[in-house]
Amino acid sequence: MANRRVVIDPITRIEGHLRIEVEVDENNVVQKAYSSSTLWRGIELILKGRDPRDAGLMAQRICGVCTYSHYKAGVEAVENALGVEAPYNAKLVRSLLNASLYMHDHVVHFYHLHGLDWVDVVSALSADPKKASELAFKYSDLPIATGTDELTAVQQRVKSFVDKGQLGPFANAYWGNGTYKFSPEQNLIALSHYLKALEVQRVAAQMFAIFGAKQPHPQSLVVGGVTCVRDILSPTRLSEWREKYKIVKDFIDRAYQADIVMAAEAYGTEETVLGGVGVKNFLAADAFLLNRTEHLFQSGYIKGGDLSQVFDIDDMKIEEDVTHAWYKGTNRLQPYDGVTEPEYTGFVDGDTVNGEAKIIDENAKYSWVKAPRYDGDAMEVGPLSCLLVNYARGNKKVQTEVGGFLKRTGLPVGALFTTLGRTAARMLQTKLISDNAITIFNSLVENIKTDDSTYTKFEIDPSKEYTGRFIGEVPRGTLSHWVRIKNGVIENYQAVVPTTWNAGPMDANGTIGPYEASLVGLKLEDPTKPLEVLRVIHSFDPCMSCSVHVMDMKGVELSEFKVNPMSSGATC
Amino acid sequence: MNGFDALYVKAKDRVQALSELPSRKEESIEQMLEGRGIERRDFMKWAAGVTAMLALPSQFTPLFAEAAKLADRVPLVWLHMAECTGCSESLIRSDAPTIDSLIFDYISLEYHETLMAAAGWQAEENLDNALKKYAGRYVLLVEGGVPTAMNGQYLTLGAHGRTGLDVVTQAAKSAAAIFSIGTCSSFGGIQAAAPNPTGAKGVDKVVSQPVINVPGCPPSAANIVGTLMHFLLFGTLPALDRYHRPKWAYGNRIHDLCERRGHFDAGEFVESFGDEGAKDGWCLYKQGCKGPYTFNNCSTERFNQHVNWPIGAGHGCMGCSEPDFWDTMGPLEQPIKSHLVMGVNSTVDKIGTTLLTATVVGIGAHAVASIFMNKNDEKKG
Repeated sequence: MANRRVVIDPITRIEGHLRIEVEVDENNVVQKAYSSSTLWRGIELILKGRDPRDAGLMAQRICGVCTYSHYKAGVEAVENALGVEAPYNAKLVRSLLNASLYMHDHVVHFYHLHGLDWVDVVSALSADPKKASELAFKYSDLPIATGTDELTAVQQRVKSFVDKGQLGPFANAYWGNGTYKFSPEQNLIALSHYLKALEVQRVAAQMFAIFGAKQPHPQSLVVGGVTCVRDILSPTRLSEWREKYKIVKDFIDRAYQADIVMAAEAYGTEETVLGGVGVKNFLAADAFLLNRTEHLFQSGYIKGGDLSQVFDIDDMKIEEDVTHAWYKGTNRLQPYDGVTEPEYTGFVDGDTVNGEAKIIDENAKYSWVKAPRYDGDAMEVGPLSCLLVNYARGNKKVQTEVGGFLKRTGLPVGALFTTLGRTAARMLQTKLISDNAITIFNSLVENIKTDDSTYTKFEIDPSKEYTGRFIGEVPRGTLSHWVRIKNGVIENYQAVVPTTWNAGPMDANGTIGPYEASLVGLKLEDPTKPLEVLRVIHSFDPCMSCSVHVMDMKGVELSEFKVNPMSSGATC
Repeated sequence: MNGFDALYVKAKDRVQALSELPSRKEESIEQMLEGRGIERRDFMKWAAGVTAMLALPSQFTPLFAEAAKLADRVPLVWLHMAECTGCSESLIRSDAPTIDSLIFDYISLEYHETLMAAAGWQAEENLDNALKKYAGRYVLLVEGGVPTAMNGQYLTLGAHGRTGLDVVTQAAKSAAAIFSIGTCSSFGGIQAAAPNPTGAKGVDKVVSQPVINVPGCPPSAANIVGTLMHFLLFGTLPALDRYHRPKWAYGNRIHDLCERRGHFDAGEFVESFGDEGAKDGWCLYKQGCKGPYTFNNCSTERFNQHVNWPIGAGHGCMGCSEPDFWDTMGPLEQPIKSHLVMGVNSTVDKIGTTLLTATVVGIGAHAVASIFMNKNDEKKG
């Protein structure tokens, strides 16, 4: 029997617009997979000719979920180009904002975007709240939102949805699928945390807004520093941050961590989450300035899943391939030489397991996302990459956290190279960041005792040409922004974004990217209701409007980038 | 009070009409509130808060509570076009505390790609069902601009590759009301900034039905929820300004109610980010604040449960709730030169607000005058 095609469009519970297609054999095992982004906006093209000081605020509008990431990247790329060094206070505030962002973003991702792939809401209705309340102590010494009364209330709340057939956002999903592995009691615990997390994420956003002005889309960074000087110098604001931080950290320690330990136990033998890493090359950048000398995470890449060797990144080796992307051309180009012209070819008519549809022609172009390659290799980026690179680098904090988790769950190191491992890595990264955010905060408090500078003045000489870039780690992985300034305005702008690395289509050599590779070999219970695919793809935390971009770099030589980005743009 | 009395009668009729509709749910909101451990007092407090925010007299408070109770009659469909999901993120920041989330639970959220459990064919089915089952009764909220170039194909949705343009125009046809949430669906937004490569437009430019614009990048959760509550209460469009923004939220200039306004009047300006004026909270006009040209309630409502807002954090307003602000307000951290130096010229038309010419002259003259006053220098000296 010929392979059958499965189309999933829209992939929901993500940022932006993503289509995934797979071909399954007669046993419903995925043989081939295709990833396509179905929206193009052209923001980098819009940035051309603008004031360089506007780059951050405009680039920020690439994404409202990892909001701030592109703001900071845009501001720091311009600083790098102009040779402006922001004051230490500003760097610490930016680092603190980044920590606040991760503490928000990863929690929302796990509970509200990814959670329903692991948690069967309907099953939670048959749980015994008392038993569930006791069970919660197995995963945390001090569980949160799992008292018998609280769990009973949660159960009643959801029951009223189900009873009346008004499931709202829970309607028509994949409840009862055999790959849901939590017991009814475990489902109820996680469901209670789903609701609690809605409350906690509001606090995390407030915590961010104290120094960020608002969240999403903060407005307190400028080229040269930060503007929130009054918030930084106010003891009330500092205390407010710390109190909100405690609330969020508490939830991460007592709920998020516990739920991942619970998932590791329940899903430790579930085959469909023990694959999911097809591209075994991992790339990560420096992140989280803790003090004047130290970053929480270091950069590098590993190949073929080999943790015994870490390589330094040479950005000369980054290229992008548009063979199967909806842009003119078929060459593999350095980012600076890319083309701007879209060449949309659309989909073709075809049969799928759900009936006739428009499907991808894999021999043609099929996505708005390009395919980045490092030295010819596809690379995965994201929390898993960050932890693996740092584990291999001998980063003590990371080794201790990862080692502790493996010991506690009884999982081998190899379990990290899975869908489950990717989801666990995001929690471990959140835990490391939330544990260390207070160090950043303390560094700030210590420094403002003697130094209240927040801004470095600069001038843009219209007769000069500037080039610079940012490279750093953001919630979905390694991000870089590249800018060329001429006649006082932006001449060229480009972003190479985490989801581009992960979601890109096939390249000219037929090499597939992390999304597509992660699905091959996955067995589906019912291809018309492909929950297993959603779970694997969500484990990457897709951010589609980040990933789709257009380049208009007219042959800028790499040598023009005058500062070593690995050592300079590293304050994130 | 004649105007308010008429409005009150209208609202009361509306609540009456809603209460006569057959309920889709058996549980009353009282039972639900009780079931979730929320006291009636908290609920009324929330209703009072919304009433105040909409600048209505307190006599409306019980009507709001009543309308909220009847909210299950209104199914919601939320569509994503060319967007960044920032408006959805803003929506989930809504609190007051937890009761807004309750209201959203209780309003039947039929389709919302970021929050719904179903995907692919099942998700599309949910949308189709909602449009059919609740034809003429659902509220349509749209996030994101609508790409129109290349026949709309810069955005496709679903297994059949329908364009975003097609999806939104179809959904608009049977909607009871349409809200454009955010600057992108209101005016095209960032992707519509020059040269607008995808021909992105606001929803009201591509559908023939009336549309209420709730701009902002993103709008505060309070403005999103307040707009919905207005519809539930009155069943009509709120009073709108020339850009179809509800006046209750967008009726005031940021500048007029700004906490730093006193410094503007005193001629005390931040001359450089991080300077002594910045530390003292002086006016940001010279750092490009577009508060004088921007209509929104940020100065009073702020963001994230009133925690902060751009001017509070020492950055000027960038005018994000005004049409085409990316093109007309830039450079964002620099005053609009023509206004500062010349007072009024042709660019005033491009700013796209309901500014009175006299105000612009006033601001220009004031800022110029302040250069001579230069309090900041005095202070330093």
